[in-house]
Amino acid sequence: MIDRATLEQRVSAQFPTVRIGDESGDLCLTVERQQLPALAGWLRDEPDLAFTFLNQLCGVDYLGRDPRFEVVVHLTSFQNKMRVTLHIEVPEADPTIPTLARLFPTANFQERETYDMFGIIFTGHPGLERILMPEDWLGHPQRKDHPLGYEEVAFTHNEDWIYANKPFAKE
Amino acid sequence: MVMHAHAYPDIEIPTPSQIAAVALNNEPDENGEQSMVLSMGPQHPSTHGVLRLAVELNGENVVQLAPDVGFLHTGIEKTIETKTYTKSIVLTDRMDYLAPMSNNMVYVAAIEKLMQQDVPERAQTLRVLLLELTRINSHLVWLGTHALDLAAMSVFFYAMREREYILDIFEMLTGARMMTSYFRVGGLAWDIPADFIPTVEDFLTHFLPKVDEYEDLLTNNLLWKQRTKGVGVVNAADAIALGLSGANLRASGVDWDLRKTMPYSGYETYQFDVPVGQAGDIYDRYRCRVQEMRESVKIARQAIERVKQMHGQPYVTENRKVAPPPKSEITYSMESLIHHFKLWTEGFRPPRGSAYAAIESPRGEIGCYVVSDGTPKPWRVHFRAPSFINLQALPHIAKGKLMADLVALIASIDPVLGEVDR
Repeated sequence: MIDRATLEQRVSAQFPTVRIGDESGDLCLTVERQQLPALAGWLRDEPDLAFTFLNQLCGVDYLGRDPRFEVVVHLTSFQNKMRVTLHIEVPEADPTIPTLARLFPTANFQERETYDMFGIIFTGHPGLERILMPEDWLGHPQRKDHPLGYEEVAFTHNEDWIYANKPFAKE
Repeated sequence: MVMHAHAYPDIEIPTPSQIAAVALNNEPDENGEQSMVLSMGPQHPSTHGVLRLAVELNGENVVQLAPDVGFLHTGIEKTIETKTYTKSIVLTDRMDYLAPMSNNMVYVAAIEKLMQQDVPERAQTLRVLLLELTRINSHLVWLGTHALDLAAMSVFFYAMREREYILDIFEMLTGARMMTSYFRVGGLAWDIPADFIPTVEDFLTHFLPKVDEYEDLLTNNLLWKQRTKGVGVVNAADAIALGLSGANLRASGVDWDLRKTMPYSGYETYQFDVPVGQAGDIYDRYRCRVQEMRESVKIARQAIERVKQMHGQPYVTENRKVAPPPKSEITYSMESLIHHFKLWTEGFRPPRGSAYAAIESPRGEIGCYVVSDGTPKPWRVHFRAPSFINLQALPHIAKGKLMADLVALIASIDPVLGEVDR
């Protein structure tokens, strides 16, 4: 069992550029995206750390901030009963990030969901396709600037116009 | 449980379109054998909801398969961003509709963690009691439908009979049978009715022998054993790599239960055992869950004893910035009136920041990641849905199995499609 202070020391010795912070009591590491596979793999494979379980992976859209997106990963070490958060900033101009699906198979679906919802591209992912939205959907609905959309109520005077302009399949 | 680099498994999870590509370029091999692609679902009785599986079959053997999800996607995470924190509690019920209290709990736990909000002891104890009732409720549906999928009809009726009792208890407490929305940030929505505790005690006394009844029907049943023993084996390393949690993980021999290892809501003060399997097959998952129901009864009984001692203590925090004051106070206290007004028109404002909370739901680790920008509405809420992540393991588990076993496998993973798609 290692404690949090030891983990912080080990991380800063191995990855000096990683910013160490706190997220509501959990250890939070902000990492450059190129470094992510190295850091995650190291956390997973070091015998005394053994962060072998990927809890969750999701995206956050901080619209108006630069870099705009953030990918958040939570890893758990069963051995140390400890959770660690990884924050990876992703700019809007180049929304790519190396995949974790090769290191943690459980990231597969969650990266597909993040791609689907935020348009963040996970390079090297074995099958990066939409998972929740229909495959012909345009845009990424959980981006803050995605139009929410609504359907105009059809009356006799405008139904021809509405049905002619509907984006989905017609008879 | 030390794992080394070479031991960590690399598992391929195909997508539906990759399976569809097989169907398009399907040529017989040199022996004249040809695989077939079958689309199972989304309207299939044994997929437990609107789940579609693209299955490549060789005769009756599954070559590979891909779950196709999203038919029930309702954009709950996006909708939550447009509502205040308290208003969104009703949305969380609708994800895992068989365990609404667990969803409520993880959502309010994440906000409480973010706000560093304490919960009164009585509220915590009642939460534990309700979470365990929810666990029994959810496991009963799993047991009934799982047995039904393997053609054991009577277990379904037995399980539904006892579940009805729990739903009646929920109705008595919250007015709703399934969409309870009973938890609030800092405690509970209102106090328990006077006859709640005797009814739950009555239920627990009634229920415990019924678990033996289910086991009499299944545990030593030869047909049941033949269909479940040694079928769908997941070893511990694969289970961790696939992110399995809950009974699915414990059946593979990994002793990891958040109630014990990262306790919340005072679980560390209760006496209970965590059933752990060995083989990691369907039978062990079944044994783990059935045993969990007995443990839940144990925890619920301890919680009841404590609630009896805590009569008159608050059911929600007295922090008026988070929980509204009682109605009676509004008639004489100006402060209370202002708090009431502010909370119902605007809501509370957690500090800027983010928090991840996770609890042990009946299906595994359900997690909630909340990002606050300091306004009364959350900036982002993400749920780690255990069904979604457990379902991902299906292609790996079902590889090379018989088509008939696939039905048993889906049931043993216990997915709730409302939670998969959110």
